[in-house]
Amino acid sequence: MHAMDLDPLLIARWQFGIVTVYHFWMVPLTIGLGPVVAFMQHRWHVTGDDRYYRMTKFWGKLYLINFIIGVATGLVQEFQFGLAWSEYSRFVGDVFGAPLAMESLLAFFIESTFLGLWIFGWGKLPKRIHLACLWVAVVGSTLSAYFIITANSWMQHPVGVELHDGRPVMTDIWAVLTNNTAVAAFTHTIFGSLGVAGAFLLGIAWYHLWQRRRDGIDTVDATGHVIVGEAPEIRGRDREDHRVWLSSLRIGAVVAVFAFAGVAITGDVQGKLMFEQQPMKMAAAEAACHTGTDFSVLSIGNPGSRDCSDVTGVIEIPGLLSFLAHGDFSTPVKGVNQLLPEYQKMYGTHLPNKAIYGDRAGEAIDYVPIMEVTYWGFRIMIGFGALAAFAAAVALWLTRKGTVPERKSLMVLAVIGITAPFAANSAGWIFTEMGRQPFVVAPNPSGVDGVFMFTAAAVSPGVSFGEILFSLVSLGAVYALLMVFELRLLVKYVRGGVASAVPELGAASTRGGSRGPGDDENGPDGPSGAADDVLAFAY
Amino acid sequence: MDFLPTLWFIIIAMLWIGYLFLEGFDLGVGMHLLFSAKSENQKRVMLNAIGPVWDGNEVWLITAGGATFAAFPMWYASLFSSLYIPLVLVLLGLIFRAVAIEYRGKGVSTRWLRGWDLALGLGSLVAAFGVGAALALTTTGLPLDANGDRVGGAFAWFSPYAIVGGLAVVGFCLVQAAAFLALKTDGDVRYAARRFVAVALPFALIPLVVWVLAVQVREGTPVTWALVPIAAAAAVFAWFANRAGREGRAFLGLGVFLVAGAASIFAACYPVVLPSTLNHAWDLTVSNASSSSYSLGVMSVVACFGVPLVIAYQAWTYWVFRKRISGAHIPAPHIIEAAVRRA
Repeated sequence: MHAMDLDPLLIARWQFGIVTVYHFWMVPLTIGLGPVVAFMQHRWHVTGDDRYYRMTKFWGKLYLINFIIGVATGLVQEFQFGLAWSEYSRFVGDVFGAPLAMESLLAFFIESTFLGLWIFGWGKLPKRIHLACLWVAVVGSTLSAYFIITANSWMQHPVGVELHDGRPVMTDIWAVLTNNTAVAAFTHTIFGSLGVAGAFLLGIAWYHLWQRRRDGIDTVDATGHVIVGEAPEIRGRDREDHRVWLSSLRIGAVVAVFAFAGVAITGDVQGKLMFEQQPMKMAAAEAACHTGTDFSVLSIGNPGSRDCSDVTGVIEIPGLLSFLAHGDFSTPVKGVNQLLPEYQKMYGTHLPNKAIYGDRAGEAIDYVPIMEVTYWGFRIMIGFGALAAFAAAVALWLTRKGTVPERKSLMVLAVIGITAPFAANSAGWIFTEMGRQPFVVAPNPSGVDGVFMFTAAAVSPGVSFGEILFSLVSLGAVYALLMVFELRLLVKYVRGGVASAVPELGAASTRGGSRGPGDDENGPDGPSGAADDVLAFAY
Repeated sequence: MDFLPTLWFIIIAMLWIGYLFLEGFDLGVGMHLLFSAKSENQKRVMLNAIGPVWDGNEVWLITAGGATFAAFPMWYASLFSSLYIPLVLVLLGLIFRAVAIEYRGKGVSTRWLRGWDLALGLGSLVAAFGVGAALALTTTGLPLDANGDRVGGAFAWFSPYAIVGGLAVVGFCLVQAAAFLALKTDGDVRYAARRFVAVALPFALIPLVVWVLAVQVREGTPVTWALVPIAAAAAVFAWFANRAGREGRAFLGLGVFLVAGAASIFAACYPVVLPSTLNHAWDLTVSNASSSSYSLGVMSVVACFGVPLVIAYQAWTYWVFRKRISGAHIPAPHIIEAAVRRA
């Protein structure tokens, strides 16, 4: 510790934040789009409607382009606890490792194996089995979300442990797996992911309906109802194509609205839990300095200063904060100024003089999270989530006559709108993780005394600033590059329309509906004309 | 008393062996793409031979990591943080490789294909080398202090064993992949792979044998020594089976070689999971690095139910895709054009 006075803790935190937020751009799309694609294939299987076959193929293709980046960046997630956070791993391994190992053994194996079967199983597996493989893979994705959120929720609200030799030791796996924080956060995340998928479908389907209008394929009559046309010279632009996009748009919009309802309900439950479990996080979410502060629509000043005299509420709604926290309009919510001495009394004013804290031993502890982040993170999460749901409802209204308006600006808005639920998801996680600071394992007010850990103690003592800088720069550069490739491919496949995922859709789109379920209920999937020995899908 | 930690040591050893056995040929195929394939069609034959299974195989690595975290947090923390830079390189390699497999076929330009070939080949090479180095070092030791933290800077882990271990896994992957391609493909790729096994096997397996012998000389017991001739015999058997055109037997022989060789290493090291080269009092062992017996008990129940299930459905996947792939199976590249009316 001489000339290089650069702080490994700070850069390790930046790294964790960056790789995790990035990973969680791909993951919600995977979790949300998976069941939607499975639903489409299920509809195809049941009705034999060609529209659903095309939808399955097209959205399934985008699903896979995105899925792989989630898988690839997920490897980092699992390794980085040991790499940069060895003290954390030692402290929590007994309880935190279990859900992680279960995630691999009970979820990742299922997800990756059955997805491989689904990708290469077109034309090989009997239809029912092929469909079942996708559903099983979707269950795998969902289970993996459950296990990892169980692990994260233990950091938010440690349960099911006793303290042995200063370390938490698991005594009740059932308590860990049914942690009320985990149940609320898991459902909240699943609905949040469905919101991402809904907006994704809506934006892309809108683009295609708009493109069909712009190219003069679809027109509207005097009452505004669509007159569907076709363009034989463009691959895939037949009449069926219109149904593909209209259904996709409607499914997306309905999923988005439904998801937001779920997000609101589960978020309310989670919020009430957080007011009990991490009152400081919620006070900081509101920049609520004084006990009894009202719900803030807008606060000015500098919430980031962590100095309460600096924050002034501009627009406040009386009673609402009490309702969010306690379910009534009068119980006052504790503010930062009241909580601070309580935290100091329970967890100390200064970091202990122990080697594990490195240079930070003896430093004063700041129990107030960075309010700028928590306050705005909370509002971006709710705001963008609500915006996406509102936009989806408007989209349903605007498309009631069978197509989208001709205005380009609306199409651009619909496409940009895809990013809103992503932003809401990221903001929510940033809020929940930053709001937990200065703890990496937050103390449970009704749990076992002493089961908590300051983030300052979690970093790997043997790892240098330079090593973490190396990984941050190299991972950051690679992630940026992958983002470019993923977006490029997504744009290319989206612009290609259904034909990009269904190669047999020729320019002369004269195929009949030869692929109904009546053909051969137990025969293999896929186009009936394809030669037996050419792979239906190949890398 | 040490029953559960010992059981978990065995499970983790099995997970690593399973990983090397299964992903061995995936990583090897990635490397072969760089120099064995003569045409685009051959590359795609190779790639599609592992297509449906590679991702499931990779989960063995994630599970080995996760199980180590759950069962031996001290081992996980010390090993991973000590090998910070090499493991970050492994991660980068695996990231490039995974994305390359999925994205390579989604473009048609020469630049696109060449770029992803490099990502796939070099990614596989770096990942294989790094995993081998990390495994070798966990058997031969790292400069750890009493807390289990590496001392001596970012490259203090370096020792000749890292090179031996890295070469051991790279060499094994190359031979294993060729045996796999001989078994799973038809046409030119199949016969070229067979020739590769015949020529390369005697050399490529040497580093693994060196690693096995090095560990045996230091830590071996009669039981673990007894595994060495089994491994050697399996390698010889694989070579002759390959020459006789019995591809299944050759592949199996290599599998036995790996299992016996790796088992002899893990068994010889037991009960130490990660030795300290500074002071043997600071060695991490199955008893001082493990989780509580409750935690291990829970995980044992999960593993009892989970591991056989995984093996069953992965085996089923191999059954579904048991047909050999040849050049005729590969569809023409699919060119994607925007679905818009040209002005």
